[in-house]
Amino acid sequence: MTVLGWAQILLFCGIVVAVAPLLGGYMTRVFNGERTLLSPVLRPVETAFYRLAGVDETREQHWLTYTIAMLLFHAAGFLVLYGLMRLQALLPLNPAGQSAVAPDLSFNTAISFITNTNWQNYGGESTMSYLVQMLGLTSQNFLSAATGIVLAVALIRGFARTSARTVGNFWVDITRCTLYFLLPISVPLTLFLVWQGLPQTLSAYVDATTLEGVRQTIAVGPVASQVAIKLLGTNGGGFFNANAAHPFENPTALSNYVQMISIFVLGAAMTNVFGRMVGNQRQGWAILTAMGVLFIAGVAICYWAEANGTVLLNGLGLAGGNMEGKEVRFGIVASALFAVVTTAASCGAVNAMHDSFTALGGMIPLINMELGEIVVGGVGAGLYGMLLFVIVTMFIAGLMVGRTPEYVGKKIEAREVKMAMLAILVLPLMMLGWTAIAVVHPPAVASMGNAGPHGFSEVLYAFTSQAANNGSAFAGLTGNTFFYNLSGAVAMFVGRFWMIVPVMAIAGSLAAKKTVAASSGTFPTTGGLFVGLLVGVILIVGGLTFFPALALGPIVEHLAMQSGSLF
Amino acid sequence: MDTLKLRKRIPATALFDPSIVLPAVGQAFVKLDPRTLAKNPVMFVLEVVTLLTSALLLRDILIGQPIAFELQIVIWLWFTVLFANLAEAVAEGRGKAQADALRSTRTQTRAKRLLMPDNRELFEGVSADVLEAGDLVVCEAGDIIPGDGDVIEGIASVNEAAVTGESAPVIRESGGDRSAVTGGTTVISDRIVIRITSSPGSSFLDRMIKLVEGAERQKTPNEIALNILLIGLTIIFVFATATIPSYVAYAGGTISVVVLVALFVTLIPTTIGALLSAIGIAGMDRLVRFNVLAMSGRAVEAAGDIDTLLLDKTGTITFGNRLATEIIPAPGVSEQEAARIALLASDADETAEGRSIITLVQDKYHISREAAAAGATFIPFSAATRLSGVDIGDRKLRKGAIDSVLKFARDATGHDIAEPPAFRAAVDRIARTGGTPLGLADGNRIVGVIHLKDVVKPDVKERFAALRRMGIKTVMITGDNPVTAASIASEAGVDDFIAEATPEDKLRYIRGEQADGRLIAMCGDGTNDAPALAQADVGVAMQSGTQAAREAGNMVDLDSDPTKLIEVVEIGKQLLMTRGALTTFSIANDVAKYFAIIPAMFAAFYPQLGVLNIMHLSTPQSAILSAIIFNALIIIALIPLALKGVKYRPIGAAALLRRNLLVYALGGVVLPFIGIKAIDLAVTALHLA
Repeated sequence: MTVLGWAQILLFCGIVVAVAPLLGGYMTRVFNGERTLLSPVLRPVETAFYRLAGVDETREQHWLTYTIAMLLFHAAGFLVLYGLMRLQALLPLNPAGQSAVAPDLSFNTAISFITNTNWQNYGGESTMSYLVQMLGLTSQNFLSAATGIVLAVALIRGFARTSARTVGNFWVDITRCTLYFLLPISVPLTLFLVWQGLPQTLSAYVDATTLEGVRQTIAVGPVASQVAIKLLGTNGGGFFNANAAHPFENPTALSNYVQMISIFVLGAAMTNVFGRMVGNQRQGWAILTAMGVLFIAGVAICYWAEANGTVLLNGLGLAGGNMEGKEVRFGIVASALFAVVTTAASCGAVNAMHDSFTALGGMIPLINMELGEIVVGGVGAGLYGMLLFVIVTMFIAGLMVGRTPEYVGKKIEAREVKMAMLAILVLPLMMLGWTAIAVVHPPAVASMGNAGPHGFSEVLYAFTSQAANNGSAFAGLTGNTFFYNLSGAVAMFVGRFWMIVPVMAIAGSLAAKKTVAASSGTFPTTGGLFVGLLVGVILIVGGLTFFPALALGPIVEHLAMQSGSLF
Repeated sequence: MDTLKLRKRIPATALFDPSIVLPAVGQAFVKLDPRTLAKNPVMFVLEVVTLLTSALLLRDILIGQPIAFELQIVIWLWFTVLFANLAEAVAEGRGKAQADALRSTRTQTRAKRLLMPDNRELFEGVSADVLEAGDLVVCEAGDIIPGDGDVIEGIASVNEAAVTGESAPVIRESGGDRSAVTGGTTVISDRIVIRITSSPGSSFLDRMIKLVEGAERQKTPNEIALNILLIGLTIIFVFATATIPSYVAYAGGTISVVVLVALFVTLIPTTIGALLSAIGIAGMDRLVRFNVLAMSGRAVEAAGDIDTLLLDKTGTITFGNRLATEIIPAPGVSEQEAARIALLASDADETAEGRSIITLVQDKYHISREAAAAGATFIPFSAATRLSGVDIGDRKLRKGAIDSVLKFARDATGHDIAEPPAFRAAVDRIARTGGTPLGLADGNRIVGVIHLKDVVKPDVKERFAALRRMGIKTVMITGDNPVTAASIASEAGVDDFIAEATPEDKLRYIRGEQADGRLIAMCGDGTNDAPALAQADVGVAMQSGTQAAREAGNMVDLDSDPTKLIEVVEIGKQLLMTRGALTTFSIANDVAKYFAIIPAMFAAFYPQLGVLNIMHLSTPQSAILSAIIFNALIIIALIPLALKGVKYRPIGAAALLRRNLLVYALGGVVLPFIGIKAIDLAVTALHLA
């Protein structure tokens, strides 16, 4: 580890923390329907959409109506995306002449993109036409991200409102979210990436003759526009198979740095939106601090593990840490940081092969996802995931100080606890359950790239990533098989929607409650004690859930490596 | 504070009184019935997996496999279930001891039921069990009142010791705020007609017995929420352990069901699951020991959440009678002389005010009460003159309202007399501070003024300060004018007051506070308090109050001591805190159990994981056995804490949480490491594994 390395990491944190309140203030105004800088231009477009769709923007929805609207919207999104992939051979903008995508792969990919997972059992440049990439995948990048954000906003309204029946209007929220900040931020980000060297073209792949005289086809396409939202919306689905390790997707150290910030910035701003909407920005800061503690701890371990390399590499006289699977233009710090960022947030873009990380270095991304991606997390999803843990934490803390638990003035009662536990249970069920099936299902075992604990980690990582809607792959595992396409789709679908419905039920039940006045008997949720307790509960619950699996994967692999055995 | 009223009616039984523990051991086996355990999901799951392992053990015995280790695990699993049952049985046993004490006071009562409502003499003797609400009964001296009801005719003194433990008789009369009588109490003088208000089996005493026995115990909202959390955690551990065999199969090993069950049982929150109902029963029990009867567990929990406490001034904050606190002589009169005249004028005054003057003179001026002067004629207070006093020969000593005393002096001289300016100044000062000035005249001479004051009870100020530290706002309700109210409020240290309060004012105030999201508690005894008692989140009715008030409130204070609300709040908080502390402890314990069992489980095929055996437990079998033994014994060890409750300290929420986390979270992580290691040493020494 170097001072310069840590300076990069701390600068990254500083920028994210500085931008969060600015963006948070703007987002709060957008969701409250207040005038913003962009209103003169965008307001007419917005109202035009409502008129076209017949939406009455003043009419708010009950939580159930809101949820049903969201689910219908996704059902339609799924059908469109699935159709586009199956029919891409017949559709225009297919200069590479890609044939129809196989049914199981289309199913997996469609679920993957509507759930904001962007798990890819395919290589983009060898499978998808430009039309599918732009109209299908990129538009889902926007909409699935917007969905995460508006659901979090609905939950925030539940906390903020008093004795209310409604939590907002899904159609209005998703329109505003896309129109007022996802698009306006994506445009300059795209231009920046083009400047850094990303292609943005509709022309066909380029044929080149190499110095050795070999003909090589170089894939290009509308890359920059898709990459901008893939990061901003924590989608992570790469245009190319190699994702952000590909020189056309992430060419420079600067583009890498900006991409990492783009991954975190909206998720961090959501904590500020929460603080503003519940009337005390410090509530938002407390949550961001808890996320920050977990993040820094993760970065520290991952960076340490990668920078130190392994006993075996050192034994071969290789100093300078573990460079296997890393791009030389990024090096160890930027690769370790990217890995932690992309899994802390639910992005899943990768600039290095996590499979090649040391056992402990690779365990950190795994743990990040197992905890439910609540460290900044997916846009919106990270916040509502974190708020589930806050509910559990405050329930226990409330009991410990002898008051019926409450958080930002809302009493936490049986219904909230029930829904929070339901939502929290979904992830371990999908992650551990599917792994348990896969490791004893011979065709699934055959897909593993390595044997022993490392192969186990590959499978555990795959299902963890999908259930948590991350989408990053450990690599090493051949995912495009019937079993993995189908089981993965189920994990992604359940991990997203079975979590969302209880979250929305909490939003509805909280909104209907009175806001309780704080007194000196109320446990303050803006201080260090709250942050510490929240972090403690997350680690204990996460640790207790996943300890056996981690022990049989990365932990035993690490211990075995210490004594010289590899898998 | 009248400490006498806080005396415990039933002495607290020793925690492990053999007369309670021995029957409880029997009960622990009775409670193995799955239908009983189904109410407690964690324990039910525990019993199911225990049965499963027992069946496997039986199979292994039949096929002749070595069973020494398996047998021990199964035995300790059964102990875990039994210990949980024992905790509940002990808590119930303590309640039952109280119930028996109550029941012994209730004898098969005969009632004299009136045959015709109009004829008070014509009645039939019936058993008290057959009385219906609305029946009229007659009770005469020596009769036991057959059921709860209202006195509709007559006045009687009643011994309520059976219910309140207080042997001094109380007056019960028709009309007014003292009309309610309780079944099981005894009329000791006179004759009253009572309208029965309770139906058979639902009388006050019946409810009280059921309550302390825990027979009618329903899960409170908070308990339900906690149960859901515990079920959720249990399911998480189902996922965590049920997936292990498949992982192990992939790694090329095998794992026995018994070991897997052992891991599962140590992980699920058995500690809090086992003690949860004992905590609830013990909370109710504590309340009853304080002579407060809660109509539901919900009310006790709500008490812990109270934000605002409404208290009647009279009787709660002040003694209720105005007392003399100083005597200010008029110019030209010595203090001693004024005091002597005050004493003479009050000598025969039996009112509380009059007696307080005598006490003041004796204590402060050391003038003893002389034998009443010969020929002294006492002039009692009359509403017409608003004066009282004594005539000794031709000396006419009077005390009373200032205007009346001045008029008396004028009439005695026959002409207008000048009111001394110093006297007027003293009167004004007393009025300004909320006191009552009482003039003193000796014939035509103005002697001085006595300061009568509503005296605040000695330690209420500290109690209100304690409440403030708990985050509870106190509000005083009084019929006094705002000046008097403000003065007393500042002296007593309450946060707010409502002066010249009507019952509607109280109700309006409660609704206002509730609209702002606060929970309100209040005490009341009169019928006109009933709406406010019903509206308040916690309404404590006084046992001495009317039936209407008792029906409206959700708690009844048998000692009729309004300041006891503070204890009620503490008991409510204690209940939640005990649950929270043991839940945290239970979950924190899992860390050490993982470190004991995981390396042991996987030792056969991944010996590298032995590094995780940081306790250096001797063998895999002994590690697993030690963890399961610790898990069972910790339940027994924590029964006293569950019954006594975690102590509440009014030090602010953050400080309290920090303290409890230190003890129960950090302690919960560390203690099992030590405990499991110690048990491992014992297990190894005894060659058990």
